[in-house]
Amino acid sequence: MLKLEARPQASKLWGIGSPLLALVITVIIGVAIFMLMGKDPVKGLLVFFWEPVKSGYALSELAVKATPLLLIALGLAVCFRSNVWNIGAEGQFVLGAVTAGGVALLADKSTGPWIIPLILLAGVLGGMLWAGIVALLRDRFNASEILVSLMLVYVAELVLSYMVYGPWKDPNGFNFPQSKNFEKVTQIPKLLDGTRMNVGLLIALFGAVGMWIFMFRTYGGFQLQVGGLAPAAAKYAGFSSRRALWTALLVSGGMAGLAGALEVAGPIGQLTPYVPAGYGFAAIIVAFVGRLNPIGIVFSAILMSMFYIGGELAQSRLGLPKSLTGVFQGLLLFTLLACDTLIAYKIKFSRSAGSQ
Amino acid sequence: MESLALLIAATFNAGTVLAIAALGLLISEKSGIVNLGAEGMMLCAAIAGFAAVVHTGNDWVGFVAGMAAGAGLAAIFGVLVIWLNTNQYATGLALSLFGAGFSAFVGVKYVQEKLPPRPSFAIPGLSDIPFIGPALFKQHPLAYVAIALALAIIWFLFKTRAGLVLRSVGESPESAHSLGYPVRRIRLLAVMFGGAMCGLSGAYLSVIYTPLWVEGMVSGKGWIALALTTFATWRPLRVLFGAYLFGGVTMMQFHLQSQGVDIPSQLLSMAPYVATIVVLALISRNPAWIRINMPASMGKPFYPGS
Repeated sequence: MLKLEARPQASKLWGIGSPLLALVITVIIGVAIFMLMGKDPVKGLLVFFWEPVKSGYALSELAVKATPLLLIALGLAVCFRSNVWNIGAEGQFVLGAVTAGGVALLADKSTGPWIIPLILLAGVLGGMLWAGIVALLRDRFNASEILVSLMLVYVAELVLSYMVYGPWKDPNGFNFPQSKNFEKVTQIPKLLDGTRMNVGLLIALFGAVGMWIFMFRTYGGFQLQVGGLAPAAAKYAGFSSRRALWTALLVSGGMAGLAGALEVAGPIGQLTPYVPAGYGFAAIIVAFVGRLNPIGIVFSAILMSMFYIGGELAQSRLGLPKSLTGVFQGLLLFTLLACDTLIAYKIKFSRSAGSQ
Repeated sequence: MESLALLIAATFNAGTVLAIAALGLLISEKSGIVNLGAEGMMLCAAIAGFAAVVHTGNDWVGFVAGMAAGAGLAAIFGVLVIWLNTNQYATGLALSLFGAGFSAFVGVKYVQEKLPPRPSFAIPGLSDIPFIGPALFKQHPLAYVAIALALAIIWFLFKTRAGLVLRSVGESPESAHSLGYPVRRIRLLAVMFGGAMCGLSGAYLSVIYTPLWVEGMVSGKGWIALALTTFATWRPLRVLFGAYLFGGVTMMQFHLQSQGVDIPSQLLSMAPYVATIVVLALISRNPAWIRINMPASMGKPFYPGS
């Protein structure tokens, strides 16, 4: 009979060990899925864990997909540490992409590269606006931020759909629901020729450093964390829970919006209904697997990016549905939450078969 | 007049999907457990039910398959949150994300599949009444089951001893535990009932309502059902009423389009989501009102013997 025994102190070892154990369990289940589908599990694992890192170009693609995940997850980490449940980062990402795309569409042949900071700013503001609605309704009307932020994902996707089917549809696009291709000048500067990596990666990495400083070395970050861990203590200390709410949502909304701007003005280069790629939802998993810690999130963003690339390769090479990515993502979060039990509890084997 | 009758019938039908899921979630929440995995359970149940009907040709096998899928996923969720004390929000979210991925993965083969011809239903006699007949009495039997379910839940919660125990577990698990009730097992059963009802709702969606399998076809109905329990301040009849109201909001867009109203379809499609946000804000505005009605232990973990 297994029994859980509370540890006197949270285990630091399992804090790091739990995501690794969760990954191992997810891989084992993955192998089982490959075998059930009649595929060679070795090939399956290679596609997910070797192909994305085997060459310089593959690594650059890994970084391209990790960038939005990293940006969004950093913002979400601030939210979750403040105990604000923003699960609608996908919507903030999409709205950031729409506002950034709107600015990018204003560019013409005579526009200078000064448009790029404007595009990014528009993305940040778009994401902040969308998260700001959540903050306002929570603050003024006590409405659950979980449900409001999630409902706004659907609304944001419909806004995007409306724009590309309506006002922003490319007149020369053979009636496809997409905007015209953005002018070359709006293209986010690339880091290396021959790859799709752009300065967004640097922004995201700086973001990770900035987040670490904000959360662990500033008074504002401290206040947020106390509010998240012990609301009563925060109240006693006079920390404003309203300010924490607004800060957490605006930071995470802004980061998600920035990620949206970098996507449309970077790898995508136009607005289409396919802008939402689930990064906003995957970033929730990235944030948890990275222990809501900027350094951990860098690693988990890379891991999740592998899942994305592996899913695409599993489709083209092994004939498996691309949605395998989503299965593994969900499994990873499930197993992580289960393994996290080991942080606070020891497993004891007792011979008596008593219940509970 | 005839189009109004059809609109009412469509509202009834759309409301049924929400009502069944929300009534299940209500029981789960009455025991103190919030399951944000509703959307994921509905998606998995939708494909399970659809696949079962494709292979057997029997709708009722599909409903049972959907309920089993929902209850099974809810059981996994339940073991995690009830025994391992994982965070309810995060675990429910994991279930929703997993369900979206898993249903899409399994469903690829069924995207082009068609179901056998859908039977039409009519209650003999009643369905011949002008206006009222086509509006109310030509529904699938499950539409009436939803109403019966709401009444049964009222009876169960407020007239039976088991219902009283369930409510006490949700209000104060510590007290229920000290009286000797198996709090964890009761919660698990409540969560599994919620999952089974979300499953029935998901199967109804793919087998009767749409009837098709499309990736992500639940499109937020699980989340709206979750919001409905709050709207209804955890009262079964209000859940039922809210579900029809939202069914009406969903159907209104098709009605307006058929009337040739010149509003872009995307703006009309936003209606249910925006309405959810607006109603949620209006109902939640008074925190005391929510606090009085909400099961007191909702969302909080319970550690027996500590």
